[in-house]
Amino acid sequence: MCREGELMTTSEELVLDIDGLRMRYGPKDVLQDVTFQARHGEVLALLGPNGAGKTTTIEILEGFRMRSAGRASVLGTDPARGDERWRARLGIVLQSWRDHGKWRVRELLAHLGSYYAPYSTKLVRRPWDVDELLAAVDLTEHANKEIKTLSGGQRRRLDVAISLVGRPELLFLDEPTAGLDPQARREFHGLARRVADDLDTTILLTTHDLDEAEKLADRIVILAGGRIIANGTSDELSRQIAGEDEVRWTHDGQRFARSTPDSTSFARELFARHGDAIGELEIRRASLEDTYLTLVRRGESRHGGELEEVA
Amino acid sequence: MNATTAAVRAGVARGLIELRQSFTGAELLGQLFWPVATLVAIFFLRDRRFGADGITLGTFALPGVLGMFVAFGMLLVIQSLAADREDGTLLRAKATPHGIRGYLIGKLVTVSGTILAYLTILLIPGLLIVDGLAIGGPRSWLTLAWVLLLGLVATQTVGAILGSLISSPRGAGYISLPVMGLIAISGIFYPITALPEWLRWIAQAFPIYGLGLGMRSALLSADAVGVEIGASWRHAETAAVLGAWAVAGLILAPIVLGRMARRESGSSVAERREKALQRVG
Repeated sequence: MCREGELMTTSEELVLDIDGLRMRYGPKDVLQDVTFQARHGEVLALLGPNGAGKTTTIEILEGFRMRSAGRASVLGTDPARGDERWRARLGIVLQSWRDHGKWRVRELLAHLGSYYAPYSTKLVRRPWDVDELLAAVDLTEHANKEIKTLSGGQRRRLDVAISLVGRPELLFLDEPTAGLDPQARREFHGLARRVADDLDTTILLTTHDLDEAEKLADRIVILAGGRIIANGTSDELSRQIAGEDEVRWTHDGQRFARSTPDSTSFARELFARHGDAIGELEIRRASLEDTYLTLVRRGESRHGGELEEVA
Repeated sequence: MNATTAAVRAGVARGLIELRQSFTGAELLGQLFWPVATLVAIFFLRDRRFGADGITLGTFALPGVLGMFVAFGMLLVIQSLAADREDGTLLRAKATPHGIRGYLIGKLVTVSGTILAYLTILLIPGLLIVDGLAIGGPRSWLTLAWVLLLGLVATQTVGAILGSLISSPRGAGYISLPVMGLIAISGIFYPITALPEWLRWIAQAFPIYGLGLGMRSALLSADAVGVEIGASWRHAETAAVLGAWAVAGLILAPIVLGRMARRESGSSVAERREKALQRVG
């Protein structure tokens, strides 16, 4: 999507620029030194166990919560001072919406879209055409249904449609698949991927599900105990910690197995030393899940029992 | 079109949509219950005469009842604010540019429209039930209009303030108790002059009495003034009390509402849902 003629320039590469973010409730820091960035068009997952501070972080960035310290820039603006024009550039899908149950699907979407009309530009028409949007989230046949009669998955797709109706530059998804059944979950993943690919929207999503983060995100920031304990693509994360790969092989018909942090050089050496005597080589890389659990365990033990109480 | 105009328009549209929703289907029965029950009460009072002036209790009560229903706007605002905070409607408004403004305008339109519908439901059959209403002249309608306008502003802004301070639907339920008490002492169903002096003073400080008095002055004939305090319609005092509440409400409501809205976030909605579930469980 062309982004010229926006109300504010998005030539700045960084859509999110968070530095040393801290949140303190009473004597307790629930977020400490949280630092990360997201570039334009990137899908970033904030991954962590429950109570790690994901929702607090996202609410600070949405401008719904004041931070205690640190610097935050969201689309070039401090979210604590974001005005309505800034708000018009954001889309938000919260954990669980139950609002507007008596409204009809199309009616609510058209109504909420009308708030964005003043922010329309020649190149980016706002709001998004309601029928197009309904088709995009596969709700056309439910357009005239009362919202309270929708299934969980349909309701979540409507939430996504609402978050997109103003054609946001940045989309926040807070635990978007919590409470969805596997089928609805898969549909949601497809929808989120399409939004990221087709609309060129920057997305920050929180999840406690590694599989979801891996599926949707270009980059994963792992939060545990209110601190960032890792930040990178899933490949980088797997490499970052010394996850042990498992190598199995046969040598003259005899079976061997060994765990090693660097399976590639181990195999090279194996061949260099024994050549053709090696057979049935099998390498199982440390899965990202192993990596994640190891990281979280480390992150939590570093901060002792504090994590349990963090909301 | 600038953003403020868009929000005002969206707010009015929103108000009309929610008004339609609250008067269709099963909702309609709930909406009709209180006005119809009130009409039934007035029907039974239509022949009861009191005092020496010869008007019936039904004739006396009908205008006061209109005033009472205007005051119900306050409860409607409180209840819907509580419900909208709990289910995330308010947070949705907050996530939309100028959404809170649109939400509040919508609420004002819905509640005012609901009140006007109540008044129509009461007044049209009421005119057939009771005799002696003086609704012919423009003076009647003019008085009705300013009393109604001041009353709608005063009661809804105060409702918005109380609704912001009370965070749970249960708390919103409790607030109707003192309101019922105020209605009982506000001379709606029987002249206030029958009450002890100290209770009269309490009643006169609140808008419900002024709303009843103003409506009676608009709809009753001049000789019905005999049962009022000082045998006067006291328009100046009525306007002063209703006006004072309206001005106080208009000044305070945006401050209190703004403070409340700033605190709304996904986790505060989730927290209230948890509490609501605990109540049920």
